[in-house]
Amino acid sequence: MKLSDLKVGQVGIIKEFTDLALSVKLMEMGCLPGESVSLERIAPMGDPIAIKVSGYQLSLRMEEASNVILHTKN
Amino acid sequence: MKVALVGNPNTGKSSLFNALTGLNQKVGNFPGVTVDKKYGTSRLPDQRVARIIDLPGCYSLYPKTQDEAIVYNVLSDKTNESHPDLVVVVVDATNLKRNLLLYFQVADLGIPLILALNMNDLAEKEQIYVDADKLSERLGVQVVKISARNKENIDGLKTAIATAPKFAVHSSTYSIPASTKNLVGHISQNFESDSEYASLLLAHQYPSMKHLTKEENRRLDKLIEEENFRSKDQQIEETVWRYGYIDKLVKECVRVEPKPSEPSLTDKIDDVLTHKVWGFVIFFFVLLFIFQSIFSWAEYPMALIEGMFSWLDETGRAYLPEGMFTDLLLNGILAGLGGVLVFIPQLAILFAFIAVLEETGYMARITFLMDKMMRKVGLSGKSVVPMIGGLACAVPSIMAARNIENWKDRIITIMVTPLISCAARLPVYILLISLVVPDDKVFGLFDLRGLTLLGLYVLGTVGAVFVAWIMKNLIKGKEASYFIMELPIYRAPRWKNVLLTMYDKVRTFVFEVGKIIIAISIVLWVAATYGPSERMDRIEQKYESAEFTDNYDADHLERMKSAELLENSYVGILGKSIEPVIRPLGFDWKIGIALITSIAAREVFVGTMATIYSVEGSDDDTTNIRETMAAAENPDTGEKIYTPATAFSLMVFYAFAMQCLSTIAVVKRETNGWKWPAIQFVYMTAMAYIASLIVYQLMR
Repeated sequence: MKLSDLKVGQVGIIKEFTDLALSVKLMEMGCLPGESVSLERIAPMGDPIAIKVSGYQLSLRMEEASNVILHTKN
Repeated sequence: MKVALVGNPNTGKSSLFNALTGLNQKVGNFPGVTVDKKYGTSRLPDQRVARIIDLPGCYSLYPKTQDEAIVYNVLSDKTNESHPDLVVVVVDATNLKRNLLLYFQVADLGIPLILALNMNDLAEKEQIYVDADKLSERLGVQVVKISARNKENIDGLKTAIATAPKFAVHSSTYSIPASTKNLVGHISQNFESDSEYASLLLAHQYPSMKHLTKEENRRLDKLIEEENFRSKDQQIEETVWRYGYIDKLVKECVRVEPKPSEPSLTDKIDDVLTHKVWGFVIFFFVLLFIFQSIFSWAEYPMALIEGMFSWLDETGRAYLPEGMFTDLLLNGILAGLGGVLVFIPQLAILFAFIAVLEETGYMARITFLMDKMMRKVGLSGKSVVPMIGGLACAVPSIMAARNIENWKDRIITIMVTPLISCAARLPVYILLISLVVPDDKVFGLFDLRGLTLLGLYVLGTVGAVFVAWIMKNLIKGKEASYFIMELPIYRAPRWKNVLLTMYDKVRTFVFEVGKIIIAISIVLWVAATYGPSERMDRIEQKYESAEFTDNYDADHLERMKSAELLENSYVGILGKSIEPVIRPLGFDWKIGIALITSIAAREVFVGTMATIYSVEGSDDDTTNIRETMAAAENPDTGEKIYTPATAFSLMVFYAFAMQCLSTIAVVKRETNGWKWPAIQFVYMTAMAYIASLIVYQLMR
């Protein structure tokens, strides 16, 4: 499951990234493997999205979010 | 001593800078880039004066934008004039983990530092309690709790700055992985470097370091190659390690009390401000309000400034001796100066609004809301505000584009903003519309003239979107374009910060853009005043002859003479020589002259027309000039000059052409060179020419 597949209000745990350069930037911003993220809201036109990670709100584009793989929930 | 403020964006760093320096601050540019360099002085408790420099906000020492690159450059290059003796890292207590990442990177460079723990009040509201003493003990540096917004414990921070050790006493945390030990060792031996970590960062970022020689770059290339150094992988390894370390530290020093989870105020506001419908409605009204204010609030002070300059002009004419020097002073320098200062009200108002949008956190939501729409045409969500401002005036709007971090988005915004129809085009449009468009109603409802005007505004906007889309595909980005952006919590604006931003921008404009405008104004004045001397002499003699002085009154004589002088000046000669080029657009040499003089500013068109047709009354007297122009005929064919085809061709020309000196000057400053203003001038003129050609040839 990808971060871009989350529904508003859903929570996921970051597993890994599929883009190396992007992962560096996301990690700096606190999106590390093992961190839990929740989808807070989606912009009115469907892109970008806002997530809550380590206590603050971060916005990113869908395309960027599709590079973040989450642990599949049991 | 030099002290640098370093921290993440939205940590209250600017508030702290303002609290430390008060009004003793200046804004300049870092050499070679257009990133604001804010510096000032602060008196310490021991009466020493510290030089404070506010470095751009960044998330790590691995820069992703031009702003962030400055921080690494200043901190790592000892020869840099801004290289500090002490760093104050400002952190947000509500978001300690992410903020500490940057802290530890800076700490490992081996520069003495202090940690300023800001926003404790907010953290405690969130039931987050930071043990500053324990943190200080663990970090080995002074930790000072402050509240930059409320100016709490600023003196405590000043004392800490005064008593900070001259050499770094804290130990470094991150140990270089074994695989890079060799490389780092080589670099530490061959390059000046304070710590292993500084050497490691050099391995990552030497291509962007300006102080290295070509030879040094080559040596580093070779070393990196030999040691098989993988920058991105190493960065990830480091970031993961650091966060692991920070996690443990935060668990020891921060106590978080469980708190009933209810939506925060920011969440509630966001539900409205980013709502599908209300989000756009509110944003539309915010823009409308800003736009209205730039127009209406600025009107009175602008009239006042204009009034002051015309008074100075009249007084000058009355009291100064007639002659070349007086003419240069009044028509060249004073006119140029007036052209600069008249922008101040609009500039101040737009920047006050932008500062409020930034301070409150709403700017980030605008970006969030508009990004998808703007991205389609190659702009970003942040381009919206500068472009709307362009409806009033491109000059402050282009300066406002500084808020766009991404270089490519910013350049495109700067390049297309002058296409948005600004207030200075209005007098030109109104004159020409009233000349050829009948005062009729369409469907008995819409005013035909009003619709024409609206059409011109739409034309400009469509042109801007079109050019943005083309440039999106032509310009290559220097940096990876990420959107990833923090949505800060909403806060009430600090009016002092708003006022200081306003003051900084106005001062920058007056001193840096102003000098270019005045210089070019003087050049234009010379070209419009002087011509080949034998021609000028002949005109002087002609109007002194009895034939003229006897038959015309002095006023009429003076107008006829100035029209003929302008016709024979260098500008006039140039206007005539470009006639073959502009003939296909339906323009004659008289319009050619007006096109050249109105490069100074579009509204000059009306005044020049008045002079050429030697119309009585002031420059604003459009009725008179309209009648004269309406009656103007081609001496060879006897046909009317201002046919609808010519007038529409001219309006379309003004919609697209870069007829504005101030914009050229401000683009030169904002892009740090003549390359972009030159491209802009050429593409806009070409676009205007082609569009006018099509309009004239179709309507003829």
